[in-house]
Amino acid sequence: MNTRPSKLVKGQTGEWEVVIGLEVHAQVLSKSKLFSGASTEFGAEPNSQVSFVDAGMPGMLPVINEKCVEQAVRTGLGLKAKINLFSIFDRKNYFYPDLPQGYQISQYKNPIVGEGEVTIDLKDGESRLVGIERLHLEQDAGKSLHDQNPDSSYVDLNRSGIALMEIVTRPDMRSSEEAAAFLRKLRAIVRYLGTCDGNMDEGSMRADVNVSVRKPGGPLGTRCEIKNVNSMRFIAQAVEYEARRQIDIIEGGGTIRQETRLFDSRLNETRSMRSKEEAHDYRYFPDPDLLPLELDANWVAEIEKSLPELPDAKKARFMGLGLSAYDASVLVAERDLADYYEDLAKGVDAKAAANWLNNEILGRLNRDGLSISQAPVSAAANNAIVAMISDKTISGKIAKDLLDIVWSDGGDPRAIVEARGLRQVTDTGAIDAAIEAVIAANPDKVEDVKAKPKLAAWFVGQVMKQTGGKANPAAVNAALKLRLNLPDEG
Amino acid sequence: MSNSVPLTLAEARDALKARKISSKELTSALVQGIAQSRGLNAFVTETPERALAMAAASDARLAKGEGGALEGLPLAIKDLFCTKGVKTTAGSRILGNFVPPYESTVTQNLWNAGAVMLGKTNLDEFAMGSSNETSAAGPVFNPWRAKNSNANLVPGGSSGGSAAAVAGDLCLAATGTDTGGSIRQPAAVTGIVGIKPTYGRCSRFGIVAFASSLDQAGPMTKTVRDAAILLGSMASVDPKDSTSMDVPVPDYEKQMEGGIKGLRVGIPKEYRIDGVPADIGGLWDKGAAWLKAQGAQIVEVSLPHTKYALPTYYIVAPAECSSNLARYDGVRFGHRTSGSVHDITELYEKSRAEGFGAEVQRRILIGTYVLSAGYYDAYYARAQKLRTLIKRDFDKAFESCDVLLTPTTPGPAFGVGEKTSDPVSMYLNDVFTVTVNLAGLPGLSVPAGLTENGLPLGLQLIGKAFDEGTVLRAGLAIEQAAQFQHKPANWWRAA
Amino acid sequence: MSVDKDTVRRIARLARLAVPEARLEPLAGELNGIFQWVEMLNEVNVDGVPAMTSVVAQKLKWRKDEVTDGGVADALMQNAPEREDTFFVVPKVVE
Ligand SMILES: [Mg+2]
Ligand SMILES: [Zn+2]
Repeated sequence: MNTRPSKLVKGQTGEWEVVIGLEVHAQVLSKSKLFSGASTEFGAEPNSQVSFVDAGMPGMLPVINEKCVEQAVRTGLGLKAKINLFSIFDRKNYFYPDLPQGYQISQYKNPIVGEGEVTIDLKDGESRLVGIERLHLEQDAGKSLHDQNPDSSYVDLNRSGIALMEIVTRPDMRSSEEAAAFLRKLRAIVRYLGTCDGNMDEGSMRADVNVSVRKPGGPLGTRCEIKNVNSMRFIAQAVEYEARRQIDIIEGGGTIRQETRLFDSRLNETRSMRSKEEAHDYRYFPDPDLLPLELDANWVAEIEKSLPELPDAKKARFMGLGLSAYDASVLVAERDLADYYEDLAKGVDAKAAANWLNNEILGRLNRDGLSISQAPVSAAANNAIVAMISDKTISGKIAKDLLDIVWSDGGDPRAIVEARGLRQVTDTGAIDAAIEAVIAANPDKVEDVKAKPKLAAWFVGQVMKQTGGKANPAAVNAALKLRLNLPDEG
Repeated sequence: MSNSVPLTLAEARDALKARKISSKELTSALVQGIAQSRGLNAFVTETPERALAMAAASDARLAKGEGGALEGLPLAIKDLFCTKGVKTTAGSRILGNFVPPYESTVTQNLWNAGAVMLGKTNLDEFAMGSSNETSAAGPVFNPWRAKNSNANLVPGGSSGGSAAAVAGDLCLAATGTDTGGSIRQPAAVTGIVGIKPTYGRCSRFGIVAFASSLDQAGPMTKTVRDAAILLGSMASVDPKDSTSMDVPVPDYEKQMEGGIKGLRVGIPKEYRIDGVPADIGGLWDKGAAWLKAQGAQIVEVSLPHTKYALPTYYIVAPAECSSNLARYDGVRFGHRTSGSVHDITELYEKSRAEGFGAEVQRRILIGTYVLSAGYYDAYYARAQKLRTLIKRDFDKAFESCDVLLTPTTPGPAFGVGEKTSDPVSMYLNDVFTVTVNLAGLPGLSVPAGLTENGLPLGLQLIGKAFDEGTVLRAGLAIEQAAQFQHKPANWWRAA
Repeated sequence: MSVDKDTVRRIARLARLAVPEARLEPLAGELNGIFQWVEMLNEVNVDGVPAMTSVVAQKLKWRKDEVTDGGVADALMQNAPEREDTFFVVPKVVE
């Protein structure tokens, strides 16, 4: 699967390969924080969702939230990763105003989840494996606000102590497209699992991007870590900028310094974070306020049993139904979309249902700026429309008109077909009558069609018009061929 | 009632139950006694109004025949326990004005049992010290003085204020905390009883942390029975402390009874160390003889890694402290420099340098160093392995005995200022106590005799994890044999 | 291993303690005294010995996922050296 050639970047001295690894921070979906009973809800009044534990008050102690442990295990299982039945919480020590304890409780040498893998789906329908190195649980920090006052920063600890899963990949991606594809896939997985809402705007999912460059097939270069890249678009921009910067340095005779950099989305560039550099001695050690986290293998097995069908399995199943790899991966990208599709496709041809969803529904949603969950026409109603096309109750053309009606006015598609007499005409008598009427009105065209058989399409159109679009086009074709003595290949 | 209240906790409890005295009488006598004893500097904060109000509420409950196990009994609280609405300083300038909006679990347990709070006692800054000389509130003086001497002696540390308050009859009993000996060592040198229970027996929630894997709260009392009574109320299973043990709290006062016939008492040979005065060795032998006379069997045991305990401790404890004390940064509470600063880093550096005393800063530096890149394995990781070996020593020893008998300290109380210039010689005061913290075991110090100079000495009993009952039973046997009835001369009371 | 003046300066910086230049040398001396004493731990063979992770033989306590805390912004702010409404205030942090 990984044999597809990398996308290479041109430099002065030839081509370069970009090597990318990601560290994704995904906020665990839970009601309360990792080590305290304060709420995790987004957007509350400053410091209103903070317990004395979260504020690092003297003598306060952490007690772990069982749900957060379960969510990490679920996610690990979803990443086909090894679940470590013994893991340890460590303290990562550094000073920062939004880090109230003076340390972050994280997992260092013994994370809760070990190695796993994710298959990413690329534009051309190809796939690539990205290795997962680990997933660990840790606390989020608070937030410093710098714009309220010219001389001061304001600290809000509402985020402080919220559970995060830090998911670290192997340096297995070779372009910003692949990095974005990984993030999309990871987001789909955690959303399927219900372990993270994947909302990048609210910061529920943030990525640090490790970028290095090398000559194709050569040894890995020195990497730089770009912090907190918070949208798919920024990831692409940051990778492109950083790769170019590194290539220019190396080709100019310089060397890359391993460092942490910040992506400035306004200037569209990365720059060194010196302040972060000097404090790089985190003095990790096991948190003596917590005992090792030990999991019961049976409990893990129970969680595994409760996992939903994940995107890859769903994609394979959809392909088994006759969908192309591309169609299948588009449909499984969002759980809502896949669910919608499955309802739509019930009892009808899978491919026809997929085409209908891709061409008609998604097109209209896009036009109206709506998501699949906001679709004004239910999957069941669409299912009825597709079923009516396939049993020839209505024509494809009528089906589209019908969808427009239901889209804007609502209603039951079958009832509308009956009420408005939209049933397709397959009765040859009615079609023959319409053909005779067209021939009678256009004798000159009858002559022409003998010389230019392509004109037959014009006749079909006229007959369809005559029948108000309700005639079955195939039946019209056949009858016309017979009546006008046209050769078979029209 | 005189302002000196020599009653034990048990005596006062029985007198209150029998309505022979009221909590108000008891409390006001002690409140006055405390006010007259400021020369000892045992209290950082006195809370007389609160004490009297609590006493009145207790009297009302007692009058109705109600009340908890400690109903109406006035106690002193080490100023390391957070007390809601009452300043809690940890003996540090950095917490000089800190008023916690919450209560520690241990003190809450005491109030739930009906106890009365007299005030907060002095301590070494952040409980780091063995002489109570590192407190921002100044040193505490030991109520005891050597024969024919007016020189002030230290009360031991870090629970020096609590020890002095109990020894000086300024309270019926007090709470302490013990990270390397901070209950037992001051108890020994002030002639009182102190027990550090098994790690996980008393909740650490709301106790200002020094070294989380070693810190443990415990009672400081006049008698072994009092220790059993007070521990019964301090201990609990606390869902707010992940390291609090899910074991129900037994009736220690009951477990303490029954004698020691057939009890196997281990004498660890490695505790006979050079340079310890003859008084100590003699008292130790006497203690073994007392227990034997009451039917115990004395066995020699070996704790081969004993000599590594103190250096192990001086890596583990500073490492944890360097991290635990990172939260004192002048942002959310505590001292913030009033000097001008250019940035947040300078704010941290100045606030912390101004707020922490020399010993605390020294330990933060040691801890930062041993955890830093390149040194972690050589120091911290090695020390945690030594800890495993030290604990295994005890596991092995307890295969052939039920309880261990050792001296509590390598000497009696020393002079104020005598050891402040040499940290290592100061650290050596904990040589017999620190092993117990490293292994998480219960340890009890019982006053057992006086030096030639008339200063108290203690003997230590060490038990298996969660076997405080046996430790108290053996302690009671020592107490009964020693008949330690000595009291310090009352030199400090202002008229 | 011996601690010099620069090492003291570096760890003081890591620990966010302002140490006056004149104190660096004496502190290095004090720390060396302690570290020399601690050197005795090297006598012990610790190969294959697991580092202690907890002295109590107990499983980590787990809490139910319920909102039981928070909503105490005023109590939280009551000891703050500097505040603005319910924000803690610090000198400008630049990134
Ligand atoms: Mg990272
Ligand atoms: Zn992280």
